[in-house]
Amino acid sequence: MAIPKVCGIETEYGIMVRGADSNPVTASSLLINAYLAINYRKVGWDFEDEHPGNDARGFAVDDLLAPDIETNLVNSVLTNGARYYVDHAHPEISTPECLTALEVVRYDRAAEEIIRESMVAAASHLPDGAEILCHKNNSDGKGNSYGCHENYLLARSVPFGRIVSQVTPHFVTRQIVIGAGKVGCELPGMSADDVPYQISQRADFFEEEVGLETTLKRPIVNTRDEPHCDASKYRRLHVIVGDSNMSEVATYLKVGTTAIVLAMIEDDALGDDWLLANPVAAIRQVSHDPTLQRTVLLRNGRRATAAEVQWGMLERARKYERSHGLTVVGETVGADVLTRWEAVLTGLESDRSTVADVVDWVAKQRLIEGYADRHDLKVTDARLKALDLQYHDLRPGKCLAQRVGLQTIIDSVDVGTAKTEPPNTTRAYFRGRCLAKWPADIVAANWDSLVFDIGRDPLRRVPMMEPLRGTAEHVARLIDESNTPAELLARLGA
Amino acid sequence: MAERTQKQKPAPSRTEETVEEAPATAASGDKLKAELDDLLDEIDGVLETNAEDFVKSYVQKGGQ
Repeated sequence: MAIPKVCGIETEYGIMVRGADSNPVTASSLLINAYLAINYRKVGWDFEDEHPGNDARGFAVDDLLAPDIETNLVNSVLTNGARYYVDHAHPEISTPECLTALEVVRYDRAAEEIIRESMVAAASHLPDGAEILCHKNNSDGKGNSYGCHENYLLARSVPFGRIVSQVTPHFVTRQIVIGAGKVGCELPGMSADDVPYQISQRADFFEEEVGLETTLKRPIVNTRDEPHCDASKYRRLHVIVGDSNMSEVATYLKVGTTAIVLAMIEDDALGDDWLLANPVAAIRQVSHDPTLQRTVLLRNGRRATAAEVQWGMLERARKYERSHGLTVVGETVGADVLTRWEAVLTGLESDRSTVADVVDWVAKQRLIEGYADRHDLKVTDARLKALDLQYHDLRPGKCLAQRVGLQTIIDSVDVGTAKTEPPNTTRAYFRGRCLAKWPADIVAANWDSLVFDIGRDPLRRVPMMEPLRGTAEHVARLIDESNTPAELLARLGA
Repeated sequence: MAERTQKQKPAPSRTEETVEEAPATAASGDKLKAELDDLLDEIDGVLETNAEDFVKSYVQKGGQ
């Protein structure tokens, strides 16, 4: 039986400083600290249970990812249950755990607004005229990439091999729905002359079908086995293959379709019809073909376009909805995701302009091609790459994505509350509420624990190994009625 | 948020004042096309003034 698809997104933002000397690590720290100084008393991150070197295939790599977590860098937990930190050389925000794709969109949008507020806050710490620029994109156009990772809760009992083989066709072909678009190509030896425009920001950077890496030789399916919850019951599928989206509907479909596909895999309802003969070649081939006409080779010897594979997945999902229901992704959200998924596939194959308000790569392509036509520019003209970058520029006056008429599905008021308030339906509620109510008494926080200092030794650690406990339904009254953390802990029986 | 932006940022440049926010609702294909034409009309004022330098200086190392 499929389990509820608790999910979330981690976004690394591009960062640069203009008008002052700075390196990206310092700039990222300044950005985050400036925000925290206005909004927070700092709470540290607890690394005790971080094991990024554990591999879902059953072994652990001790040193491979040692630099992945640098404890001396800025690291904070927000009252909405999110984590805001410096990862490598980028500012990164991980949304709190959410129960539906729609909730993920709300917290992803809140994260964008937090970055925008941080840029404003940081400006007052910089020399006159200097500014920090943040971009919600995944590539600098020079062969450097940074990620937008998704996370999904899966039952530990599902064979990992089945997950890998069956989810890969979705990861390779879903980009036609959710790709963020890119001017040029970053494969070694190729340029905008070879590929003027492609569907995905990330596809050029994937070199393996499956593996543990995230910074080099990136795999389509990442095997990091670090569930941040009860490992005997759950795994967290860590998805590194997606683009950062500016379109809310694209984020919604990215998480929503993937959650449904994973639920089908858990229930063994997807099947092997769409397994790919060569996923790495296919992911690039699909990305490099905005005409959507080229076919990829399937393992069964047939050939199919990316759209045909997506239609096949959608058809299975419709059947699954009838046979199993979509409770595990939220009935209403699940049904809406299927409707929108179908509308996008239909639009992509008929009148592309009808999906320019939801599909990032189509919206960006219209902008780039319209501008190139009007000014008679070559495909290699720097102004086209500048437009590409500026589509993702988070400065309000400069963000082109905010001007192309993208649909919004989250009310701005709801985005606003999501900056400070946690979702009600996961353990993030407990984390966020406790941090808001007792910031001085929490010495460390992590995905699966909170550590309280209630004035007596030792520190008290509250484990949160179940992602769906600690919700508003479970603990709202308890937190409301407790005057001190000691009282809360006593009532929790901790 | 908007108020704080006004106070802390240097005076907005000519280009930052001229453009309205995109509408928050679904738009038909025709409406989108008209908006795209409008956007292309104004885009030279919004685009980074020295596109070539900007693109060249945009380097992002150390990502996952």
